[in-house]
Amino acid sequence: MPFDIYDFTSFTQWIDTSLRSSMSPAGAVAVEFLIVGVMILLFYAVIGLFLVYAERKVCAFMQNRLGPNRVGPFGMFQTIADLVKLLLVELVPIRNADKFLFNLAPFIVITASFMAISAIPFAKGLHAIDLNIGVLYVIAVSAMGVIGVLLAGWSSNNKYSLIGAMRSGAQIVSYELSVGLSLITIVILAGSMQLSEIVNAQSTGWFIFKGHIPAFIAFVIFLISSTAETNRGPFDLAEAESELTAGYHTEYSGIKFAFFFLAEYMNMFIVASIAATVFLGGWMPFHIGSWNGFNAIMDYLPPFIWYLLKTFFVVFLMMWFKWTFPRLRIDQLLTLEWKYLLPINMMNVLIMAFIVLMGWHF
Amino acid sequence: MTLNQLMFVLFGLMLIVFGILTVTSRRILRAAVYLLFVLVSTAGLYFMLNYQFLAAVQLTLYAGGIVVLIIFSILLTSHISQKFEPVGLKKSIFSALAAITGAIVTIVTILDFQFSATAEAAREIDMKVIGKSLLATGRDGYVLPFEVISILLIAAMIAAIVVAKKGGPKKSVSDN
Repeated sequence: MPFDIYDFTSFTQWIDTSLRSSMSPAGAVAVEFLIVGVMILLFYAVIGLFLVYAERKVCAFMQNRLGPNRVGPFGMFQTIADLVKLLLVELVPIRNADKFLFNLAPFIVITASFMAISAIPFAKGLHAIDLNIGVLYVIAVSAMGVIGVLLAGWSSNNKYSLIGAMRSGAQIVSYELSVGLSLITIVILAGSMQLSEIVNAQSTGWFIFKGHIPAFIAFVIFLISSTAETNRGPFDLAEAESELTAGYHTEYSGIKFAFFFLAEYMNMFIVASIAATVFLGGWMPFHIGSWNGFNAIMDYLPPFIWYLLKTFFVVFLMMWFKWTFPRLRIDQLLTLEWKYLLPINMMNVLIMAFIVLMGWHF
Repeated sequence: MTLNQLMFVLFGLMLIVFGILTVTSRRILRAAVYLLFVLVSTAGLYFMLNYQFLAAVQLTLYAGGIVVLIIFSILLTSHISQKFEPVGLKKSIFSALAAITGAIVTIVTILDFQFSATAEAAREIDMKVIGKSLLATGRDGYVLPFEVISILLIAAMIAAIVVAKKGGPKKSVSDN
């Protein structure tokens, strides 16, 4: 069994060949689907639990508190206790709701984030689907989540839910543009939309350094607009608790609420992974020019660890936003997107195209 | 039956079932959701053909864009308890006739075309080819339709602004 923590290509190929030698091709493909699905599901659940814990700890740190500290060492098992509680909570039926859509909405939200996570390269050779339009696919799929939010708001038959859903719709539809355009800036630099190629092109330097100032502007815009797209504070108007109780998921309880909750955290993780992959070199180690000794030390860390470090760095930035900025009003939110981010972004794309045309990047 | 055929049957069934449900549902938002399923299974068919670009565009524009727009306008206009009345017999007969005629014309046209079947595996289409032919001015270029469509879009946007701004000059808004 050829297992190499630095390169999973031979390991996955070994699984494939050994499966194919013992059963029909169709059966092998089915078993592989199952393996990949279960792995991603496990990863999804574990990361989700960890993110909830991390958010509480970061929030506590920002507010000069201790955060969860009773269940297990440093309160590590607090989220597991919360999960058990959520699983046991009664699912309250809504009498005048559209039951079919009410039950469907959490699944749409969670399926969208599940589809997006399958296209992310976790390490060398550890990549479920490597589409040649990877970036476009991720944008397309993550935009589907908003349908679940809109359905949840409408089918609850509750004015707070409806207002929350409307806000979230307006927000996601407008900020999607900025997310797309800031990624396009890097696609121009990389010359490809395939995520594996984008990562490979960064072996000589991360794009945030390669692309000079436009790449950095694109990174900042991506951070702002993706925070808005995931409905997180300071852009969490869709669930502004002081005015809308809980926004679009007011009427949900138990595991259905947990789906929305988990999907929110996983969406944050997904946009952080996209930021890490597209701007910060994905699983590529940090290298500096011709410092061979330094580069060799950096290579000791496995790619998977590099990927997680970068992703959690971006996640930390997003949590920092949430706990330090006050919530925006809806008109401020739309002004920020349409009057500032979008024009800056369009100029930025032009400047990047010019830089690539003149060959000023390295 | 190979996996490929199985997936094709699955997507085909989804297309047909949800397509029928879209037009027969009495609740408008449910109809929109069924339409979403139809569009997503079409994207699935494109993925099966290895035409990933079209599949992603289908997801972004139709599933992520148009369906969201439809749902949004339903949210603004209709209440949850609203249901459509069943249509009258005369109306349904005529619409059935129109639909069947359309279907016959389409099917006859498709069957008329000589599809040359090959055993070749579906090829991935490079994004660069699509991009270059979209902006090419030569024989196979699409730059003219591309620009014409952009003019159409600008016209639609200006029209939307004019519609939204109607009602004479606004009084000056107090500073806030």
